[in-house]
Formats: sequence, structure tokens, C-alpha cells
Amino acid sequence: MNTEVKIAGETFKNPVMTASGTFGSGMEYSDFVDLNKLGAVVTKGVANVPWEGNPTPRVAEVYGGMLNAIGLQNPGIDVFLERDIPFLQNYDTNVIVNVCGKTVADYLEVVERLSDAPVAMLEINVSCPNVKEGAIAFGQKADSLYDITSQIKKKAKQPVIMKLSPNVTDITEMAKAAEAAGADALSMINTITGMKIDIHKKRFVLANKTGGMSGPAIKPVAVRMVYQTAQAVQIPIIGMGGIGSAEDAIEFLLAGASAVAVGAMNFVNPYATVEVVEGIEAYMKQYDIENVTDLIGAVE
Amino acid sequence: MTRKKKVTATVVSQKQIGEQIFDLWLETKLSKNAHPGQFVGVYPHNESTLLPRPISICEVDRAKGRLRLVYRVAGKGTAEFAACKAGDTLDLLGVLGNGFPIDKAKGKKIFLMGGGIGIPPMLELAKTLDGKKQILLGYRNKELFLEEDLAEYGDVYVATEDGSVGTKGNVMDIINAYSLQADMIMACGPMPMLRAIKKYAGEQGIPAYISLEERMACGVGACLGCVCKTAGVDSHSHVHNARICTEGPVFEAGEVDI
Repeated sequence: MNTEVKIAGETFKNPVMTASGTFGSGMEYSDFVDLNKLGAVVTKGVANVPWEGNPTPRVAEVYGGMLNAIGLQNPGIDVFLERDIPFLQNYDTNVIVNVCGKTVADYLEVVERLSDAPVAMLEINVSCPNVKEGAIAFGQKADSLYDITSQIKKKAKQPVIMKLSPNVTDITEMAKAAEAAGADALSMINTITGMKIDIHKKRFVLANKTGGMSGPAIKPVAVRMVYQTAQAVQIPIIGMGGIGSAEDAIEFLLAGASAVAVGAMNFVNPYATVEVVEGIEAYMKQYDIENVTDLIGAVE
Repeated sequence: MTRKKKVTATVVSQKQIGEQIFDLWLETKLSKNAHPGQFVGVYPHNESTLLPRPISICEVDRAKGRLRLVYRVAGKGTAEFAACKAGDTLDLLGVLGNGFPIDKAKGKKIFLMGGGIGIPPMLELAKTLDGKKQILLGYRNKELFLEEDLAEYGDVYVATEDGSVGTKGNVMDIINAYSLQADMIMACGPMPMLRAIKKYAGEQGIPAYISLEERMACGVGACLGCVCKTAGVDSHSHVHNARICTEGPVFEAGEVDI
């Protein structure tokens, strides 16, 4: 049985990754899971300088999911290179660094600082709905997405994944723009912008008023978007949105994702990532599937 | 640090001990390494309510391998817990957080101050602390809970908001009413109470260790949902935001901006 997948020339021992922002740099979940068993650890977004993030409350539960408006709190690239990268080097797994910024120059600075780091791929966050500058502003218009993607591609030493926002009229237009600009792969979907109101206090539950929705409730939307995008572009897709089990992950693979990421469900089941790996293997055995890649886009 | 785990615990007993307040004993191996001021995440079975509910540890019975949680029903998740009966199971994430620095209290004259649903963690703290304990408890009304358990470990003073029992007012009013003094405070309760304690401790020049609360998601320091403003640069993100679930929930009052 072969669970290996290749994305932009990089080999992953299996198609299971962590979704950025839900797993730190792996440290916090290393009590629960053996990081060596994962296809990749995708880190929390890192910027050129430390970011404080948003005021609290930053998280709220909603039916079958949650909202977050963390606002990309992160220690900045200096601390990340000194602390998080060496930690991840202790493990036999690929490292994908999620990169965020307020301006194109911010992104480019992080990308350049990562040039010589032992990092398999870069995931560019142009889809966080919770910060006022940068992020989603680059990911909601095809021309600005094209522009930032091509600028990053010029500087990046590693293959570049563009992480797409579902908060657009037609996600395939964004996917095509990223592909045309040279993106090596796509991650999708980031969170869906949502809101929750406390009817007793007549106040927004999140200090930021809006937050990004994640969790099982968004999975059908994500599967649909992955399927549509897989029909529209040639580059590989890393699928995510509510994945908590192998069954969920296999849906994404069948829809056309080459790999998957577990996000909010890490909070529900800290062992979820490894259970998804094992569950995919069990499914392959059950249906006598030799290569996991046979599942990619295999929906009929 | 002990490794965190997600485990299935068995309900030993549960009873209601106040208005929406429940007293739950669980059999779980997490009891082995649980310390006062730490908490566990309790998972609802209903999959529409996904996230673990952070609930402080009220008491630890290591010999029997049990944890006692005293909590208030605040929504769908805790309402589900309140319906649990002996023999039912609940999934727990734990043990989480730093806990109170009990070693620092050795031989000290100390106020343990609990307000409302901040009272439960005072019990294991009172059991464990080595010092002269004055236990100051604030309730809404005459529906007291845990005051008898606490009386076994120190001098208990009660305040009620409506004045129906003890001093009328809050825990700060107890200090004035009895002219009490201490050289250290450990406290858990609502934010206005913690702010008053921080101010008082500053004036008295004594350390106060306060347990904070915030909406949490992961409980293990990954999501950065439950931060509080800190005076110094925090160790994780190098900004001024410590993670309540990980660096906390107990902070020296002077370290946090509340």
C-alpha cells in the first residue's frame, strides 16, 4: 500500500496535514500525536514582525463549528526561525510555513527570510478574514491575487501554495488567477466569514464582530469548492474545511484534492490527524486500493 | 510538565448544590497529576457543541483516582453535563493550565478569595496549601455552596451581594468588616473582583495570584484564542498577550493588564 503523494515535486509520506492556525508549530500537539506520522505540519501564519492580534473574545462556538477572529497573533519571523523551525527539524515530516503580511513587501520579506530554511513549501495566506490590512484584501480580487502571487513566485525558493478564501463570488476565478501567476498549488478553503450575536446582552460575541467559521458545518461547502476548482485548474489542491475523520478526508480526495488538512477538529479530537492517516489506510485496505493517489478526483 | 491527554472519565456521582450549580465526581487517571488552579476541558457528547468546556478542578482524590468538578450551567454543553448520572462517561482534556504556585505560600498568612463560580478551585487549594488560611467567599445570595467543605481547611468568611448571609457586599468588604490582613492572596472570581484584588494587593504591596477566564477553543495553547494583556512580553508570541490556557490561568496580578 502506498500513501505517498507528490505536490509540486515535494514528496509527502501521506496526504494528511494540519491546517494553519489550528496546530501552532506542532509543539502544542506533540503531547498527543507523533508528528513523524503526518504528511506535513503547516504552521500558524508568520509575519515579518510580531503581531498582537485582535482583542478578546476571539473565539465562539456555533452549531457544528466555531468562529475565530484571532487576528494572526504571531511572534514574527525572527523568533519563528530561532524556535519553531529547529523544533520541527526534530521530526521526519514536511514543514509548510504559512506566511502573512499587511503589504506585499511584508510577505516578500518573510519569503526571503525563509529562503534557506528547511521548509518544503510556503503557504501564502491571502484569505484571513480577521485582519484589517493585507491578507484577504489580496485574495478577493483576481487581479490583486495574480499580482501578489507572481511577486512571491519571483522571490520564493520553495514551491508556493496560495490559500484561497471562500468569501468570493466564484472561487475558480481566484484559483485560475493564482495558477496563471505561477502558483504551484492551492489550499482551500480558509474560513467562511460569520457572525454571532448574544441576544441577552444585545452584543456581538466576538470583539471583532465577525469571525471566520470553521468546523464540520462548513465541510459540504469546502468539498463543493474543491471539486469545482479541481475541474478548473491543473495545479494540485490541498483540501480543508471541517475534516475530522478519514471519511471526511476521503471525500476531499475524491472531489479532487491531492492532500487534506485537519483544522478546527484538532480542538475536538487532538488525535484527529493521526486517526485520519490510519483511517485512510484502513479504507485503502477495505477497497483494495494500492495507491492513495488513485483516490484523487476519483468521484464519478 | 505532565503530558496532556484526552481520556474518557466515568461519572461517580453528581448532585445539584445551588442555583444552576452542580457537584460532579469523576473517576479518571487525570487525577494523578492534577493540581489546584488547573482545569480540564470537558467535551459534550452532542456533536453540534464541539469544543471542550474549561472547568476548574475543585478537588482531587488521588487515592480513589477521582476529580471533583463544581460548575455552573451556562449553556447547552454544561446543561448536558448536568444531566449525567453515575456510570455515564464524559471525555476530558487535561490536565490544563499552570495552577496556583503553592510553594510560594509556605508559612505565609494568606487570603484565599473566591467569588461565585470562582469558589470551587479554592477547595483543592485550601487542602493543599501550607500556611495560615483565611478563606473569603462571595456569593449572590443565601444559596451558599462549598463553604462547609472549605471550613475544614481554614477560617471561612462569607459575603453575599444581598446581605442575606455574612457581610453585605463582596469579598473586599469582608476584609474591611473584619480588618483582616494577609501577606499573599490567591483568588478566582469575576473580573470586577479580580480588578479590586489587584488594586488592593498593589496598595498593600503583597503578591496576588489570580485565576483568569476567557473564551477558549483548543485549551492547549495552539489557537491563541484565550489571551490576556500582559505587562511584559509574553514567551510565546513575543507581544503582550499571554495564553490563559497555557501560561495561565493563574497570573501574578501585577503581570496582567485586566
